[in-house]
Amino acid sequence: MQHYLLSIYQPEGPTPAPSVLQNIMRDVNALRQEMQQADAWVFSGGLHAPSTATVLRVQGDSVLTTDGPFLEAKEHIGGFTIVKAPDLDAALEWGRRLAKATTLPIEVRPFRDGGDR
Amino acid sequence: MSVTAAEIEQVFREQYGRSVAVLVRLCGSIDAAEEAVQDAFTAALQRWPSAGLPPSPAGWIITAARNRAIDVARREASRESRHDLAALHEPADDCEEFDMDMHAIRDDRLRLIFTCCHPALALESQVALTLRLLGGLSTPEIARAFLVPETTMGQRIVRAKGKIRDAKIPFRIPEHAELQARVAAVLAVVYLVFNEGYTAKSGERLLRADLCEEAIRLTRQVSDLMPGEGEVKGLLALMLLTDARRAARVGVDNSLIPLAEQDRALWDSSLIEEGLSLVRHCVAANRPGYYQLQAAIQAVHCSAAGAGQTDWQQVVALYDQLADLTRSPIVELNRAVAVAEVHGPEAALALVEALTLDRYHLFHAIRADLLVRLKRPREAVAAYDAAIARSENRAEREFLGRKRNASLELFS
Repeated sequence: MQHYLLSIYQPEGPTPAPSVLQNIMRDVNALRQEMQQADAWVFSGGLHAPSTATVLRVQGDSVLTTDGPFLEAKEHIGGFTIVKAPDLDAALEWGRRLAKATTLPIEVRPFRDGGDR
Repeated sequence: MSVTAAEIEQVFREQYGRSVAVLVRLCGSIDAAEEAVQDAFTAALQRWPSAGLPPSPAGWIITAARNRAIDVARREASRESRHDLAALHEPADDCEEFDMDMHAIRDDRLRLIFTCCHPALALESQVALTLRLLGGLSTPEIARAFLVPETTMGQRIVRAKGKIRDAKIPFRIPEHAELQARVAAVLAVVYLVFNEGYTAKSGERLLRADLCEEAIRLTRQVSDLMPGEGEVKGLLALMLLTDARRAARVGVDNSLIPLAEQDRALWDSSLIEEGLSLVRHCVAANRPGYYQLQAAIQAVHCSAAGAGQTDWQQVVALYDQLADLTRSPIVELNRAVAVAEVHGPEAALALVEALTLDRYHLFHAIRADLLVRLKRPREAVAAYDAAIARSENRAEREFLGRKRNASLELFS
């Protein structure tokens, strides 16, 4: 089985209204349960805003700490799911469903060496 | 009987795709499959000139490539693990059967086509991979055909193969629910190859016949593999009916000759016959689609004894259907050309001017033609100029330039 990272891309801007968000969370949770039942789910999680991020960078012998995300961008990763799937088509199908549930673009990317640990 | 290198080259072009497809199933890797097939052809080049062509060149190549793949895997296995060797040995045992089993080979090729035309690959990569793996074209040949540097094309192919390997794009025939969309993707790729050959997007030569022939060959393959698909038949018919006019379309000085002025005696009647027969099959099946309707329109043109005898009513009716199906402004533009023949240039010009296709050179060229017919020379010349400025093909630009100058003389 190959592991795939499904990244959820979120645009900058205000979060959707609570009622909208509630529906999204319900759909995402239902999909997660389905992934678990199909033994495809490996891990998933949502992330706080990029403004909460801290970047560490090697500088000579020390490591520099800076506030903020590594890249300022119009979109950022709002969360991710890791699935295991027999091939890209199967992973894309989970990705397609995650896109519908979150209403956001999903990037599907394979792990090196299958991702098995 | 001695065999020349040219004949082996011919076998290579015809059998490369089939051999790679079978080897991909055995090796599970495109790179390993290609390497094994290349080695098999190298062996053929050494052996066949003196030993003569084997009874089944394809069977010989596939068997030699399979043996080669087993050797390679064995060597790697002794270095790495015994596990891989077992995996490869197993399918190899039924190799004697698959040599004969056309069904298995058929499915191998279908699987490879669908992998090459997978929507997770960029369209340009799909085209390159299809020409390379199914058409047997070399990377320099594909680079030349698409006027990109060899290194660019090489990187494109390597990257696409890498994605197939790393992201595990499967080698399989899509399931029923997605089959239609995936077939459409395959047809889009071969149609792009054909169009690239028919009107080279840029550059000097108007026609790159080799690309047209390659596209027809690939579509024939897909049609053999999926005989029930109306759109595949439709695309094949469309290509045949278009390609049949190749000799009449280009003048001695490599200039472009429009349909109405072509010498119909130069049309290839056997290609037209085959195309018309396919269109009749499509019409009888009565499940019209994008390619079938376009083929039907070409069939009307090809059935007319002379340009004056064209059944324009029928052409307009077919464009009506096509416009309903596609909602494409380019279809509307072509429909307007037929409308001009039935309802006159005034009605056609109104249709054309309602379209927003400013960047498309044929929009301006067709508008210019209609303005000439409406005796509005000044606007016609401006429209020809706009068309010339937007065309990337030399022969086409010269053709438009001649029309522009003719319209000037007509009214001066």
